[in-house]
Amino acid sequence: MTSKFAVDLPISADQPSLAGPSGTGSGGTRVLGALTLVGIALVAFLAFVATPADSDMGDTVRLIYVHVPIVSVAYLGIVIATIGSIAFLWKRSEWWDLVASSSAEVSAVLMGLTLVVGMIWGKPTWGVYWVWDARLTSTLVLFLLLLGYQAVRRTSVDPWVRGKRSAIVGLLLLPNVLIVNRSVEWWRSLHQEPTLLRLDPTIEGLQLFTLVLAIGVTALMFVWLAVHRFRLAWLQDRVDRRLLVDAIEDRRSEVTV
Amino acid sequence: MNEWGYVIAGWAVSAAVLVAYALWIILRGRALSKEVPPEDRRWM
Repeated sequence: MTSKFAVDLPISADQPSLAGPSGTGSGGTRVLGALTLVGIALVAFLAFVATPADSDMGDTVRLIYVHVPIVSVAYLGIVIATIGSIAFLWKRSEWWDLVASSSAEVSAVLMGLTLVVGMIWGKPTWGVYWVWDARLTSTLVLFLLLLGYQAVRRTSVDPWVRGKRSAIVGLLLLPNVLIVNRSVEWWRSLHQEPTLLRLDPTIEGLQLFTLVLAIGVTALMFVWLAVHRFRLAWLQDRVDRRLLVDAIEDRRSEVTV
Repeated sequence: MNEWGYVIAGWAVSAAVLVAYALWIILRGRALSKEVPPEDRRWM
């Protein structure tokens, strides 16, 4: 017996479809990707050539143009993941589940990079790669929570169960961001206080411009990654559903015979 | 290692991870799109 998908879809891995896009890209994402690449090139030029070394940090300030944008945009992604989680629990919509999971995965990558780049910055600045400091430890906890979110999504093949479980974990993400962000004020910390989000930013002029531009370009890159990751998850769900329907039809045909 | 060594290491790790992640998404998307009908993958 053929499945309904087999009737509707004369497409297989051996006969790739020529209609429609052949991947997760579209005209919009190609423009976005081009803008992001131009922005990265401009930020790299400013960070390595145009901006001077810092009077306190020396040349290691050039790591700030990576570290601060990455963590800032990771926070943005976590906000989106939390909003997506709330919306999924409220609307029960697959779209919101995929928005939340895509944002959470890209944020996990960025948060992991935040930790690594922060450690690389910490060695010449503090003399050690890692200390169990309030900011570093709370960031590590947030990263582990993001990994836990992804692990929870693999505990069930049922999209609704998977979405509900991960959305509950997603609700915990934003409060953790607030703890990480405020940790340098609530506890004694080796980590410096906020660079930008204060009334008197600790950098100015071309350094400030470079940092703000880098945050904007990293946000563009996040949108590009998240849109592609959303579409990939969408495709994966379609394939999983077809496999499930095929398996059910096969089992029914066995029973019938 | 001097300060520039740490700077290069930080930028290189970031670039490598992000490029690898982006490539994985693109290649996996191309592979999966062959198994999905066109009407289910018409992006905006």
